[in-house]
Amino acid sequence: MYPSVQSTLALVSFRAPPFQSGCLDLERPSRRRRRYERYRTDGTPKLAQHDSPKGTAVIAKKNVARRASLKAPTGVPGFDELSHGGLPRNRTTLVMGGPGTGKTVFALQTLVAAARKQRQPGIFVAFEERVEEIFANAATFGWRLPELAGNKLFFLDASLSPSVVHSGDFELTGMLAILAAKKHQIGATWIVFDGIDVLLSLLQNRDAEMREIYRVRDWLAHNDLTGIITTKVNGELAGAVSYGFMQFMVDCVVRFDRRLEQGVAVRRLEITKYRGSDFAPGEFPLSFGRSGLEVAAPGAEEVRHAASGERVSCGFNGLDSMLGGGLLRGSTTLITGAPGTSKTTLAGQFADSACRRGERTLYVSFDEGGERIRRNLRSVGIRLDGHVKSGLLRMYSGRTDVTNPEEHLIRIAALILEHRPRCMVIDPLSAIARTGALSSARAVGNRLIYKVKDHYITALITSLVSGEEPQAEATELQISTIADTWIHLSYLVRGGERNRALTIVKSRGTRHSNQVRELILSDQGPALTDAYSAGGEVLMGTLRREKEVRRKTQKLQEHARFQHARADWQSAEADIAARMATLQLDLDKQRTALALYSWQDQSAHAPSGEQLGAVQGKHGSEAMAPRSRVATKRRAARISPRSGMGGGKEGQRGT
Amino acid sequence: MARKRAKAHAAVPPVTTVVTLCLYVAGGAPNSVKAIANLEAICQQYLQGGYKLEVVDVCEHPLRALSDRIVVTPSLTKLSPGLPANVIGNLSDTGSVLAILGLRSADLQ
Repeated sequence: MYPSVQSTLALVSFRAPPFQSGCLDLERPSRRRRRYERYRTDGTPKLAQHDSPKGTAVIAKKNVARRASLKAPTGVPGFDELSHGGLPRNRTTLVMGGPGTGKTVFALQTLVAAARKQRQPGIFVAFEERVEEIFANAATFGWRLPELAGNKLFFLDASLSPSVVHSGDFELTGMLAILAAKKHQIGATWIVFDGIDVLLSLLQNRDAEMREIYRVRDWLAHNDLTGIITTKVNGELAGAVSYGFMQFMVDCVVRFDRRLEQGVAVRRLEITKYRGSDFAPGEFPLSFGRSGLEVAAPGAEEVRHAASGERVSCGFNGLDSMLGGGLLRGSTTLITGAPGTSKTTLAGQFADSACRRGERTLYVSFDEGGERIRRNLRSVGIRLDGHVKSGLLRMYSGRTDVTNPEEHLIRIAALILEHRPRCMVIDPLSAIARTGALSSARAVGNRLIYKVKDHYITALITSLVSGEEPQAEATELQISTIADTWIHLSYLVRGGERNRALTIVKSRGTRHSNQVRELILSDQGPALTDAYSAGGEVLMGTLRREKEVRRKTQKLQEHARFQHARADWQSAEADIAARMATLQLDLDKQRTALALYSWQDQSAHAPSGEQLGAVQGKHGSEAMAPRSRVATKRRAARISPRSGMGGGKEGQRGT
Repeated sequence: MARKRAKAHAAVPPVTTVVTLCLYVAGGAPNSVKAIANLEAICQQYLQGGYKLEVVDVCEHPLRALSDRIVVTPSLTKLSPGLPANVIGNLSDTGSVLAILGLRSADLQ
């Protein structure tokens, strides 16, 4: 649809550097646009429609496509992000650095990636090493060079044997003629001159060296080859001589550096120059992974992480309820604490509960093997062996005494891609700071957490602190600020005991408990106790148990007292009821007696009914009172406190 | 362009073995032209007994040069007698060329 870059480059004369041709290309759409403008002034409505925002969008898209194709991706993880697309296509890149910095690996990895992924054949001219040695070195990265060596990659052994005698001036014309022939034979688009300074140093003439390097550059420009020239910068004298002007000559310069930081080798890479393109400035760590070189490119400038309200259990109810239901999905939790505060146990519990939910989990530990961690966790009732067998749990254990932090990061990143975990444990992260400089360990810690967040993994990271103050952690790796939840474990020594205490220092987006709770380890795993405070301090251990017992006794006593009081009131109530019943009986009896009496009297004297009633009321109440009091006393003695409401009946029987 | 030059001077007996040489050049590059001139002078002077010289233009026969493991031009290879040996450069240093050929300038002068 659009002319390919190759064809547009072919239009340009050989002498002009290809990038300028790219710049000219960028001009073309605007020329077309001017043509549209002209038509539009003619008043042609159809063409005016063409000049719509949609049309400009297409042009813009085309520009982006052209710009991208001016760069050739290297396939080195991280480098294409740093260089915003790769090395300048059909132009020369200088890779310089001291011995053992990874120049050859970088160049070779680029060739292999181009040959494998993009089917672009390449040529490797080895001035330093023999081809067999290169094959053997590449085998450690699993690149399988012999497979490619036929028609995809061509290796020219340009190392001179020591027996070769040097007599007078020479030039590289012959070699370039050979390479041109080979290029046409396999259709190569990439070429690497590895350690060209070794051969040129034989010239022992700076002018001649420069002449040959310019010859190589011109040859590259003529042949439409993307070239990488590696050269040494220190150590060898000849390299130091040639690299100065080479930097001005080439279009892109990548500097490799290897230095010791507190006894640990740290490799870094910097793009110092890139004509006509922007790139990530600064030094970036690089290290050798399993499949070659990897550059620790910074992620996207803007932090974009999905936010979820889903709660993930940390394995036991006590902590979940303290955290308002659990950890947020995709959040990072930091557990700090002194040695032995059961950080690993909490981590293990978290991993166990994640696996029980069926989530893939990665457990990264340092300096302690997975087997031992599982054995230790078994003692507190956390069984991870089954999860490892089922493949849900992946345990990786790194050694920190020899490896630098960058390599750990790369290994962990590879594991994340390999295992694709939803939950992850790093135990303890502070171990990576043990070797090398603290600044690089800090950077690694930060990048690791960002990586974990990028993958939306719910992570639990433990970190060892030496002091009692949780703030001591902040000075160590400075990861507490990017962790979402921070749980601090400590010892409280009081009353001759050392007890574990758990505090939630912070928990973003969560209403969390402010209490210091005691953490208890048992056969059933970790648990949190209820909080007791006395005199402004939280009680723990024996003091807590004493307090618990005391409170229990107190409760029992209170209960007994209440029961007793209740019985008293019940008996009093029953007493009154009984008395009322007796009085009622007496009343009935009196009425009956009175009725009997008045009936006899009526039959004798026949007085009026009204008079009789008045006399009865007066005498009856007065006569009855002393007798009923005596009866009540007699009955009250018989009523037991237990019988309660039944007292009335008994009283009735007593009468 | 592969030029073969063979000169035999049967009249001079001291050198009995024939030296076989191969000179790789790159077209008309200055150092290549110099190398041809230097080598011819040396051969004239010291190898009157007999030598066999082949001049290979790498620009025309790159794959031949590749199979002969030639990297830089000009480059002279002595194929016989004795073990093969190489000299790189425009052969301006006569002493080192003679050393490769198994001759010492003192012997012959």
